[in-house]
Amino acid sequence: MVASRAVGSLSRFTASRMLRCPGYICRNFTRSSALLTRTHINYGVKGDVAVIRINSPNSKVNTLGQELHSEFIEVMNEVWSSSQIRSAVLISSKPGCFIAGADLNMLTACTTSQEVTQISQEAQRMFERVEKSTKPIVAAINGSCLGGGLELAISCQYRIATKDKKTVLGSPEVLLGILPGAGATQRLPKMVGVPAAFDMMLTGRGIRADRAKKMGLVDQLVEPLGPGIKPPEERTIEYLEEVAITFAKGLADKKISPKRDKGLVEKLTSYAMSIPFVRQQIYKKVEEKVRKQTKGLYPAPLKIIDVVKTGIEQGSDAGYLSESQKFGELAMTKESKALMGLYRGQTLCKKNKFGAPQKEVKQLAILGAGLMGAGIAQVSVDKGLQTILKDATLAALGRGQQQVFRGLNDKVKKKALTSFERDAFFSNLTGQLDYQGFEKADMVIEAVFEDLSLKHKVLKEVEAVIPDRCVFASNTSALPISEIAAVSKRPEKVIGMHYFSPVDKMQLLEIITTQKTSKDTTASAVEVGLKQGKVIIVVKDGPGFYTTRCLAPMMSEVIRILQEGVGPKKLDSLTTSFGFPVGAATLVDEVGVDVAKHVAENLGKVFGERFAGGSLEVLKQMISKGFLGRKSGKGFYIYQEGVKNKNLNSDINSILASLKVPSQPDVSSDEDIQYRLVTRFVNEAVLCLQEGVLATPTEGDIGAVFGLGFPPCLGGPFRFVDLYGAQKIVDRLRKYEAAYGKQFTPCQLLMDHASSPNKKFYQ
Amino acid sequence: MTSLLTYTLKNLPSTSQWALRFSMRPLSCSSQLQAATAVQTKSKQTLAKPNIRNVVVVDGVRIPFLLSGTSYKDLMPHDLARAALSGLLHRTSVPKDVVDYIIFGTVIQEVKTSNVAREAALGAGFSDKTPAHTVTMACISSNQAMTTAVSLIASGQCDVVVAGGVELMSDIPIRHSRRMRKMMLDLSKAKTLGQRLSLISKFRLNFLSPELPAVAEFSTNETMGHSADRLAAAFAISRLEQDEYALRSHSLARKAQDEGLLSDVVPFKVPGKDTVTQDNGIRPSSLEQMAKLKPAFIKPYGTVTAANSSFLTDGASAVLILAEEKALAMGYKPKAYLRDFMYVSQDPKDQLLLGPTYATPKVLEKAGLTMNDIDAFEFHEAFSGQILANLKAMDSDWFAQNYMGRKAKVGSPPLEKFNIWGGSLSLGHPFGATGCRLVMATANRLQKEGGQYGLVAACAAGGQVCHRSFIGASRKSFSWKQNRFIQEWLI
Repeated sequence: MVASRAVGSLSRFTASRMLRCPGYICRNFTRSSALLTRTHINYGVKGDVAVIRINSPNSKVNTLGQELHSEFIEVMNEVWSSSQIRSAVLISSKPGCFIAGADLNMLTACTTSQEVTQISQEAQRMFERVEKSTKPIVAAINGSCLGGGLELAISCQYRIATKDKKTVLGSPEVLLGILPGAGATQRLPKMVGVPAAFDMMLTGRGIRADRAKKMGLVDQLVEPLGPGIKPPEERTIEYLEEVAITFAKGLADKKISPKRDKGLVEKLTSYAMSIPFVRQQIYKKVEEKVRKQTKGLYPAPLKIIDVVKTGIEQGSDAGYLSESQKFGELAMTKESKALMGLYRGQTLCKKNKFGAPQKEVKQLAILGAGLMGAGIAQVSVDKGLQTILKDATLAALGRGQQQVFRGLNDKVKKKALTSFERDAFFSNLTGQLDYQGFEKADMVIEAVFEDLSLKHKVLKEVEAVIPDRCVFASNTSALPISEIAAVSKRPEKVIGMHYFSPVDKMQLLEIITTQKTSKDTTASAVEVGLKQGKVIIVVKDGPGFYTTRCLAPMMSEVIRILQEGVGPKKLDSLTTSFGFPVGAATLVDEVGVDVAKHVAENLGKVFGERFAGGSLEVLKQMISKGFLGRKSGKGFYIYQEGVKNKNLNSDINSILASLKVPSQPDVSSDEDIQYRLVTRFVNEAVLCLQEGVLATPTEGDIGAVFGLGFPPCLGGPFRFVDLYGAQKIVDRLRKYEAAYGKQFTPCQLLMDHASSPNKKFYQ
Repeated sequence: MTSLLTYTLKNLPSTSQWALRFSMRPLSCSSQLQAATAVQTKSKQTLAKPNIRNVVVVDGVRIPFLLSGTSYKDLMPHDLARAALSGLLHRTSVPKDVVDYIIFGTVIQEVKTSNVAREAALGAGFSDKTPAHTVTMACISSNQAMTTAVSLIASGQCDVVVAGGVELMSDIPIRHSRRMRKMMLDLSKAKTLGQRLSLISKFRLNFLSPELPAVAEFSTNETMGHSADRLAAAFAISRLEQDEYALRSHSLARKAQDEGLLSDVVPFKVPGKDTVTQDNGIRPSSLEQMAKLKPAFIKPYGTVTAANSSFLTDGASAVLILAEEKALAMGYKPKAYLRDFMYVSQDPKDQLLLGPTYATPKVLEKAGLTMNDIDAFEFHEAFSGQILANLKAMDSDWFAQNYMGRKAKVGSPPLEKFNIWGGSLSLGHPFGATGCRLVMATANRLQKEGGQYGLVAACAAGGQVCHRSFIGASRKSFSWKQNRFIQEWLI
């Protein structure tokens, strides 16, 4: 049903899901001295309406923390006890943020589930008082209203939201491995209906104001204002407040009913939901769907279903109790720790550590209009970057331009863009076959074929036409940047920008610096990447950088496992059930067999035996038969336009049969196969940190999850070592080492962690 | 008349025989005139431009502006335009064959008469040797027609041009859906029965759902009334203020109508119906009555209502524009000099209706005048809220500094000189025809009141504005701003 789109999104956090996270602490209600000097909340009275303004100091967002919570209680008590006040408006003074959620740190500070449960119960109690308030409270929402913020808003009697792109309502807790712990599991189903509530809580998706209005999540919309007597943002908040006050008065005078007229469809739905049998079917359907998509790896969605069910079937009291208990339990799970770690890491990787570049990049040029080049163009033009897309032939260029247009047009279909905006963005793109205009370029990103001599040729050609300030970035997945830069006249301006395909969907950008790359060049590249909406890790140059280098040994193991007689389908199911969003065999098809071979060959030469395992011959024979993966229509699977279920490519069997190696039974159980893949990955990742390719474990985790699809529930290789235990991983590696040799020898840093259990990548 | 000539004089090149002839007479005028004289002195050189021909308006007319769906409802746009042209011919007695060019503005085009200027001109008996074209620029379409005429004359291309505008909102082109159109076109090309049948088999019932002309800004998808409501909110203009302004417009229009000041109106005998002699949208109401109305766009709490918006209107207008020397040679006494104009445009989302604010200071500076020099302001009233927002914006230093790149505000026009014979809110607003009405109202007011300079402004869809200035005999500056044809509402 509606939850269908549910948990798939778990595997991929999107940037828009900005959550500032769950956890409500409200322990010290008795802090009397703070009474007079409130820092987070203030209120004034306009006529008989109390206007409560939330404005946390020194922060761009309001988060529900201990102080804010206790101040809110004080203020509400005053509002309730004042005879002058008949209604209230709850509003944030910050443009772009109502309440972005609860304070994540509060939650992670807890050591037992009981503590977390208590936090939840305090919040539940407070919000219940808000809900039962006899003086109507109107939530005036401008900007993000997420997590605890939404839970507060839906406790109020009435909600008015600005119809602004920044106004997003949602319950993103599931993305952090927890559930909405302050009543949303009980109130949302009543407010928007069970299916829509499941959809919101199980996907964590943010809902824009106009849709929220249609769903019944908000009661009124207010249009954002343009320039007038004050700056637009300021006046918009003021206007929102004015409108909210009139509604608060209307509610207090009973001129306006807080009850919404339901449409026919809604009435029918709610009627259907009153039939127990229908409800049971829905729970069942949703649960099935969730189980299928999460493979049982994520406990939160199932608990959410459970809590909602408890509330509906056994009444609110049981529901609230269940909510707080499950909230406590979930907060203590490894999965939630992993997901919260990723959330934090993602926030870190959205910052430019290198400062502002000397010159902002305004004119971008991209060489090569292939899948990557056009993808990079697409994420650039819709951010307002003037972009030149150059290719050698009109046909190739046309294909690239069409890809950009289609990407933008898909957004129009999803109503994320208007057709007018699409056209304006598309005008930022100039397609051409020559170097005209390159003299004005601030950055050139080359995305030509992965061939060193070709890259050298392009580099020289480009350097002849670009200005001195221009950065030359190479989009390569394996060629060392220093080798590319070897022919450059100005190697300090050369940098690697490794995008992931499809560029408009994959969030990661791996930026590679050589020893000669200047800091300003790095700052420019990071700035452009951030503008393109990317999560960025910056790594040192080396064969395979970080991501490709981690993937290569795992791929090598994939080939060996296939050679040992495990079928591609079986292998895919083993890897996806471990939490990888894409199965290992499918991944080879997606990456491209030729690319995989190219990488394996190159890195094999450099790293020698550690990267051995499967035979390169498998890939070579596949290439000779034209099985290049998805792009050629055939790889391990057969890909046909419009056919959803892909079939195995039976021609592969003969190749695998001819190159079959005997499997070793003691390391070939399903679990062993999973761990052979994962431990090689993890071992290489830790080695990258040991060798200084990676600067921090955070970047390693972000790179692995967002770029390579490392299971998000494990939080990335480093978080995995912390949570799973370094010793256990070393033990596994030793076991496989005994069977296969050096490929599985644990690296020194990993052994250090194993030998001293207190050593953690994340303290 | 005296005063009229006086001001003209100041503005004319000293070589003008005509000007000299009349230069003595105004000396006997009132003190008000003397004050105006002082102004002229300083602006004398600025308005007449060396080496550029002076352009004059001899006269202009309009058929009565009617609520759409009333007496004109069975006509076509060129019928209205033709009536305006006939009226102009009658009023000015201009020989038809002297006219070099005819330009009309319109917004919603009747597809059968897409060059409505030509169809109307032929029907009105103008020479078939006189070229005609139609322009569109939303609510400033006829302003565009007039400024095109000015340019043609100033550049020496033409001597005598008729400019006008027409709009018929009683009938608008409602089309078949794109898919239906495509099928019909394909059908006409199909050769065999088989091809036809296969095309017909693709027919679906929803092909029949019609396509209405857009009621929203194409770029932002926002209707104009919506935009006006947001604009009023941005400038914190209350519902009461808007209603008061609308009431003022209706009251002044009624007064002007009763006193016979709306002399640009010519009667129109509608075939099969009675002769229409006056505008029918003027309906002064009471604030109490107006307060009862519900918001028309932003529901339920908005401030723009049917009562404080202009309504959907049918109408047409035309003016006769000549090179000054030609006018004099033909023995005309020009009513006004068209001195200067300017178009500006800005953000179609948030500043859609703020054009006059941007254009007014620019056109004044261009002409070397200040707000105080202007004796008659005629601003297009799309919505009360829009007019009041513009007045507030012009009076705001903050706005001038932050959005207009100016050091200080230009100041808002004094209301006693502002739209005192009513405006689009009360007289009506046939999109394509309003510009000419504004210009003629200004010219007639200057004549009647003895003013020297007039300023016309109108806002239009797409965030554009035309600001035109200075009609001569008394000169008048007019600016206008274009309004998308959209929402005009009636009580």
